[in-house]
Amino acid sequence: MEAGSVHFKDNVAKALADGKLQFAMTETGPRFMAKRTKAREALPEFDALRDQARDIKDHVLDHLDIYLERYEAKVKESGGHVHWAQTAEDARQAIIAICKQAGAKIVTKGKSMISEEIDLNQCLEANGMQPVETDLGEYIIQLRNERPSHIIAPAVHLTRDQVEEDFRKAHTHLDPNRDLTEIPALVEEARAVLRQKYLDADVGITGANFLIAETGSSIIVTNEGNGDLTQTLPKVHIVIASIEKVVPTLEDASTILRVLARSATGQDFSNYTTLSTGGRREGDPDGPAEYHVVILDNGRSNVLGTEFQDMLRCIRCGACLNHCPVYNALGGHAYGWVYPGPIGSILTPALVGLEKARDLPNASTFCGRCEEVCPMRIPIPSMLRHWREKEFERHLQPAAMRWGLGAWAFFAKRPKLYRRATAIAARVLSNLAYGKGRLKKVPLAGGWTEVRDFPAPQGKTFQQLWKERRT
Amino acid sequence: MSAREAMLARIRSKLPKAPEEARRAAVDERLSEHPRNLIPARGQGDAEHRIRVFTEMMEAVGGTVEVLNDINDVPHAVADYLRNNNLPAHVRRGSDPVLARLPWHRGGALEVAEGRAAGSDRASVTRAFAGIVESGTIIQLSGPENPTTLNFLPEAHIVLLEASALFASYEEAWTKLRCIYGEGVMPRAVNMISGPSRTADIEQTIVRPAHGPKNMHVIMTR
Repeated sequence: MEAGSVHFKDNVAKALADGKLQFAMTETGPRFMAKRTKAREALPEFDALRDQARDIKDHVLDHLDIYLERYEAKVKESGGHVHWAQTAEDARQAIIAICKQAGAKIVTKGKSMISEEIDLNQCLEANGMQPVETDLGEYIIQLRNERPSHIIAPAVHLTRDQVEEDFRKAHTHLDPNRDLTEIPALVEEARAVLRQKYLDADVGITGANFLIAETGSSIIVTNEGNGDLTQTLPKVHIVIASIEKVVPTLEDASTILRVLARSATGQDFSNYTTLSTGGRREGDPDGPAEYHVVILDNGRSNVLGTEFQDMLRCIRCGACLNHCPVYNALGGHAYGWVYPGPIGSILTPALVGLEKARDLPNASTFCGRCEEVCPMRIPIPSMLRHWREKEFERHLQPAAMRWGLGAWAFFAKRPKLYRRATAIAARVLSNLAYGKGRLKKVPLAGGWTEVRDFPAPQGKTFQQLWKERRT
Repeated sequence: MSAREAMLARIRSKLPKAPEEARRAAVDERLSEHPRNLIPARGQGDAEHRIRVFTEMMEAVGGTVEVLNDINDVPHAVADYLRNNNLPAHVRRGSDPVLARLPWHRGGALEVAEGRAAGSDRASVTRAFAGIVESGTIIQLSGPENPTTLNFLPEAHIVLLEASALFASYEEAWTKLRCIYGEGVMPRAVNMISGPSRTADIEQTIVRPAHGPKNMHVIMTR
């Protein structure tokens, strides 16, 4: 997917001005946050489980090559096929080849962020196949030709009436006078429309939340059951997963699953959590005849062994998004690439290059909520700061910004000069406020005062007051 | 060099240098020992506690539960359930031997068909491999005994869960699985199901069903 993250600043302006988006996003964060809090409070062992989940993933990453070898061996033992893809193009080619071999016309899909990363749907269409997204949120955005705006709730940026409009436009075979004002009616319509697609599909493609090395299994989690219908009914099932999805054992998978749904939606467990291993066995009356796993790198190995390695612990729960004030103000599309929010801000530069994504790590106040809620204890603010350091080292910032930082550094390195300059500034700004306590315009601070008043200092700096009161 | 070799070599090169023997031993040990990590206390307790907590969790997500003392009452309970939910007196089951042995004639006019789910089946009956108390979860294994499609295609999914299969936590189910299938061997699909299907994709409003069953009815037998 092309790195739209270069347009972040423009996207921000658009997002803030978008009334419908702002309305849709109002309840999103608070609802998700409340659900997670409730789930966490209902399980006393929750935080201890997070520590264990982190340790399991760290152990895997340190031995990733060996775990991948073991995983592959088990997949083959159970009759499955493994395809290794270094780049997005390699993954696309592997998948198209399997689909062509199967004579695929209709390809149903479970929700997969990796398939977004590699622009799979576009590629399937270009090869004469029809990809059908089956997750309700993904189905809706497929109709709109949009990308997901949230890692687990793809259509969170839309309102009910927008979905109604999309369904009326797309489902022209249905009675135009039907009543779609209630949300259950919309869901029922999607269920009916997609049912036949499930049955007609030649190939089903899903992602994988985890790959289990002990058994050669892939795990998907859904609430709708769409992933299971996608992977059970067609004659071929393709799993697309990235290298860091491996976990060692069934027990380790259970530990991480315990923190996944609770962090994502506040559920104790996702409604349908399925472990798939190979294709039909002898005597199996249902299930796919063929089972393929495409393992993708696409830049992740670059992160191994660096100060950014911890981001590979991510299990894509979306908790960091839900708790982020910046994400909640902008929605996901503003970030311009596959993964939005705090995780998107550290992952995007790693996968598409810092030059194309340098605005993302800067869009943070370091409030730290993301790290606080991350089930895998990823130190996101530290990584955001690492990226900012890299940005500075590589001279990627505009000259004015470097100059500004340089000027501040000049004063910060000279404490006496700093204290004198800030004392002058405090007095001047205080006088300019004419006793109103705030300023509508401040020189050199137009970016701030364009949208909000600047609180005026009271006349003395903290250092001055401290000195006075101590004597 | 194949893509596989290139990818593995690249990963190896980025990781801190350590003796290969020790690294492999660490992996092999974890895979063969598969140690249990922290298990929450929630599901632990005697049989009545487990039944009660499981019931609470399943009902909280829109599933229904009934508890029978005699497994031979199951066919009658199934017929009742279908009638109370305005469903036709017809169910599909697999070749599960425990289900096959039940006195289905006690279901009155109830028709019982065998095999994988047909698109037109409106109700299915399966026997659970395990029930997990800590999250109100049913575990079903693929195969001719309880075909996977029975868990997803029909609008009503009725599950027989025996008390002996009701475990506190997932780990006990994995132990049972290994006993039956052997170390590192799995059936094609293990479905862990925690209620009827649902979605919250439109304005975060929870709607049931989504694509899977509308109803999940668990019949527990002591």
